[in-house]
Amino acid sequence: MTSSRLSKGGRIDRSKSVRFTFDGKAYSGHPGDTLASALLANGITLFGRSFKYHRPRGVFAAGSDEPNALVTVFTGDVREPNVRTTELEIYDGLVTQSQNRFPSLEHDWMAVNQLAGPLFSAGFYYKTFMGPAIGPLRGTRFWMFCEKFIRRAAGLGKAGTAADPDRYERMNAFCDVLVVGSGPAGLIAAEAAATTGARVIIAEERPVAGGSLLASGELIDGRNPAVWAREKAAALANMPNVRFLTRTSVWGYYDGNVLTAVEHVSDYKPNRTKGQPRQRHWVVRTGRTVLATGAFERPIVFPGNDCPGVMLADAVRRFAIEYGVAAGNNVTLFTNNDSAYDAARALSQAGVNVTAIIDVRSDVSGTCRDIASVAGAELLLAHAVTGTHAGKTLSSITVQHFNAETGRVSGAPREIKTDCLGVSGGWSPAIHLASQAGGKPDWDEDLQAFLPPEPNQNWVTTGSAAGYMDTISVLSDAATKGSAKSRLVLPHVEAPMLDASPAPVFEIEPSIKSQKAFVDFQHDVTADDIRLAYREGFHSVEHLKRYTTLGMATDQGKTSNVPGLAIMADVRGITIPQAGTTRFRPPFTPVSLGAIAGERYGDLRPHRLTPMHDWHLANSARTYEAGLWHRPMIYGSHGETVEQAYTREARAVRQSVGIVDVSTLGKIDIQGPDAAEFLDRIYTNMFSTLPVGKARYGLMLREDGIAFDDGTTWRLAETQFLMTTTTANAGTVMQHLEFFSDCIWPDLRVHLTSVTDVWAGSAISGPKSRAVLEACVIGTKVDNVALPFMGIVHGKIDGIPVMICRLSFSGELAYEVYCGAGFGTKVWEALLAAGNPFDIMPYGLEALGTLRIEKGHVTGAEIDGRTTAHDLHLDWMLSKKKPYIGSAMIGREGLKDENRLSLVGLISMDNQSITGGSHIVTDPVPREPADSFGHVTAACYSPALGKYIALALVKHGTSMIGNRAFATDLLRDKHCPVEIVSHHMFDPEGSRMHG
Amino acid sequence: MIIKCPYCGPRDVIEFIYQGDATRTRPEPASDDRAAWNAYVYDRTNPSGSHSEYWLHSGGCRQHLLVTRDVSTHAISSVVFARDAAVSAKSGELA
Ligand SMILES: [Zn+2]
Repeated sequence: MTSSRLSKGGRIDRSKSVRFTFDGKAYSGHPGDTLASALLANGITLFGRSFKYHRPRGVFAAGSDEPNALVTVFTGDVREPNVRTTELEIYDGLVTQSQNRFPSLEHDWMAVNQLAGPLFSAGFYYKTFMGPAIGPLRGTRFWMFCEKFIRRAAGLGKAGTAADPDRYERMNAFCDVLVVGSGPAGLIAAEAAATTGARVIIAEERPVAGGSLLASGELIDGRNPAVWAREKAAALANMPNVRFLTRTSVWGYYDGNVLTAVEHVSDYKPNRTKGQPRQRHWVVRTGRTVLATGAFERPIVFPGNDCPGVMLADAVRRFAIEYGVAAGNNVTLFTNNDSAYDAARALSQAGVNVTAIIDVRSDVSGTCRDIASVAGAELLLAHAVTGTHAGKTLSSITVQHFNAETGRVSGAPREIKTDCLGVSGGWSPAIHLASQAGGKPDWDEDLQAFLPPEPNQNWVTTGSAAGYMDTISVLSDAATKGSAKSRLVLPHVEAPMLDASPAPVFEIEPSIKSQKAFVDFQHDVTADDIRLAYREGFHSVEHLKRYTTLGMATDQGKTSNVPGLAIMADVRGITIPQAGTTRFRPPFTPVSLGAIAGERYGDLRPHRLTPMHDWHLANSARTYEAGLWHRPMIYGSHGETVEQAYTREARAVRQSVGIVDVSTLGKIDIQGPDAAEFLDRIYTNMFSTLPVGKARYGLMLREDGIAFDDGTTWRLAETQFLMTTTTANAGTVMQHLEFFSDCIWPDLRVHLTSVTDVWAGSAISGPKSRAVLEACVIGTKVDNVALPFMGIVHGKIDGIPVMICRLSFSGELAYEVYCGAGFGTKVWEALLAAGNPFDIMPYGLEALGTLRIEKGHVTGAEIDGRTTAHDLHLDWMLSKKKPYIGSAMIGREGLKDENRLSLVGLISMDNQSITGGSHIVTDPVPREPADSFGHVTAACYSPALGKYIALALVKHGTSMIGNRAFATDLLRDKHCPVEIVSHHMFDPEGSRMHG
Repeated sequence: MIIKCPYCGPRDVIEFIYQGDATRTRPEPASDDRAAWNAYVYDRTNPSGSHSEYWLHSGGCRQHLLVTRDVSTHAISSVVFARDAAVSAKSGELA
């Protein structure tokens, strides 16, 4: 094959040249060239090596359907693999490299893989995964042994490791009509829609509008159709209600007429304008979609069909007319339909020498015969190509007599010299987006192709995507599909009368097997692989696809889908529609992850900070993340370990007084005449009996009877409550309440408002906590009479209104002081100042945890979605006087089983720490797998007890109290002897908090 | 998918939280009919075609919506406030 630049033609700018490199060598082309057209113009026909067999491959198509000619593009340290050369626009300084060859494209060691053909046939990976049944390499071990060799031999381009330095953008767009594609159908449909005043977006994947008109030999209104298209597109782009996006590939069709697209904003430019993203990702929400996506020419499968020089007939035509490149000196065409004659006509007009047309049909129309004779091409009817001769590129083809009725090859082979064979096996409408949208495509016997399914959303297909294969009917269909009210005057088209229906010939099987016949070029799947899959029992298209990997490469089988199905239908003795087709999935073309991510990378979570956060940081708090919240873990002193710090803090609480930020607790304001009734139904215990000005600890279950969340709820008025939830469950509890209020009990007059961020909360705990309050609170007494256990008072601290509730999580005399969030730090500092005489100690989550473990209070570690109130010894909270959420389900036998895990305390017997997550076992020797009968939920050093302690969920928990066991943690190499004790490890009578 | 919230208008599905099957009936709170409770909590019919379900507009008006959706095509045929639907269902029972 000797490809070269023609002396004229093409939409390239011959007055300028563009320099680029391919495999280290410098070449030049013109603005408007793709890498494929520029390399062909430079006489390069070998573009890469194939996936499994490392066979030499050239360019096969001219657009987004290209399976073979993929390269890696280098920008500095960044590599982008598998870029289609047929879409890659060249620019000054472009650096590209061919793929899957070693050490070089010309001399490839792995080409020996071809000799091992059967080893890499269909199902190779599955068979290899199984491995031998016995021996050291049994099972998948064999695969693991082979993998590194296979990975090197098979594959496409290598992904880069350097961080992507480029910027990407995201756009949301809304329109009345989205038109996908700007060929003749897209342009007319868009014009029809836009002239009715609709907001229209047109997306064209190529740099210019026109589609098939760019390489057409027809005339529109007596003019070059490419020029007509350019002017039509420019006029549309000028309309205020039209947005015309070029280099924009619509890649996904989702429910609700939501489509996704990638716009190549600047990645084809040598120097990007400052601030320009590389690509822009579009999410388009449209009222109606017009799919004018065109059609893909498909190949005929025949032996030796994969050598460089064999291409789609339409690709040969497009290279000549769009880029002024002759793909060969002596072009031959092989076809089962009339479109190759249109290509022959266009090629000879462009100055490309067409020497022969091989047609499987025994007769063709007079128009076709005239075209062949005008082009000076020998016409071989009832013939087929049965072999190719090629070194690194095509030198000749073998043709034989062929009967399209029987599919039989006969007669003496004849050799025809040719350096480029254009193949046409008919056209398949590009139904990918319509198929993604959900429908099952329809087989059209006339076109021998799948037509788009019945629309299941507000979309239509038009033009060749809808099966209209001549320009005149394309234009009239597009006008009505663009708008039912269209009054467009359609242009006059001069075109030869050609018949769009092909002979139903998909594969040429010669009588004597000689060369491999490829169906899927990108995954190296042959016609024999499909037959092998059938013999091995993979009959359905879904199985066939997965077993052979047909159509699963980056091109998604754009050229291989229908031929593959046809061969499968043939071996099964059924029709193609009976064999069925697989549904297309997004993306239509590969999409970079950078474009989808846009600006959304790195840590995207919101950071929730309490009103006192800055104070914590200024006072040497070490924080950690609890959900989205940042909370103090400890307040570190110099040279202290974490354990020393929390021990110091917890000890201060028990001995004098400490203060902790509890602003993160979920807070829900519940108001309405039925608020008390609502809470009675939500909580396991009674709230309607709670007097105004008092708080009560409450427990919620899920509908299935499992414990859900706990917290205190304060009755602020007859019809107003303030519910507190655990920090972690604040959102889900709100959702839970809203569900019951909206959907289950709409008759209850109750209103819910999340007020978590409205209040700042400080808890002060310890024997001196009352004294601290007495020193700073005005407007209310805080003594045992005015503020008894679970009482609520209102007063002021440092002039700020506060609400104080006496409740205790630590087991000490303790109060929670709430004020408006904006005054959180002011009140916090006032409390610290008042506590100064008592050496008040701010404490973090570690000390908070220590204090609650000592007391055996539960949190999310124990309310883990598996435990019941009974498991947690909270049965006393289950009211028998009323139903509540979960009450009907708690009595189920599985939830009352004696073997359930229940809450106990553990004390370390060897004075070593116990680790969270340790399993409880009886075996004194650490072993795997251990016979676990429980696990540790939380552990700490207890300053009050002077021991390492833990809470655990243990089988037969209560009856195990007094026994010894081991807390084993093989991951951390721990095996700690423990005594099982009651979970109330400190002050079980609760005398301290009532004091 | 786009859900037309009666309060907020057509909004993208990312603003919503799925809240489950809306065809089940919760037994009376005081009912001790184990089988009915079990069916309410666990049994789901998983039909193909039209299905009514709850969606919470968590990123919008925070109302629960009763959405009728064809689960095989995702086409939504009706969206109403779940509260209104529940109220009219209750008044239907009484009538
Ligand atoms: Zn809403």
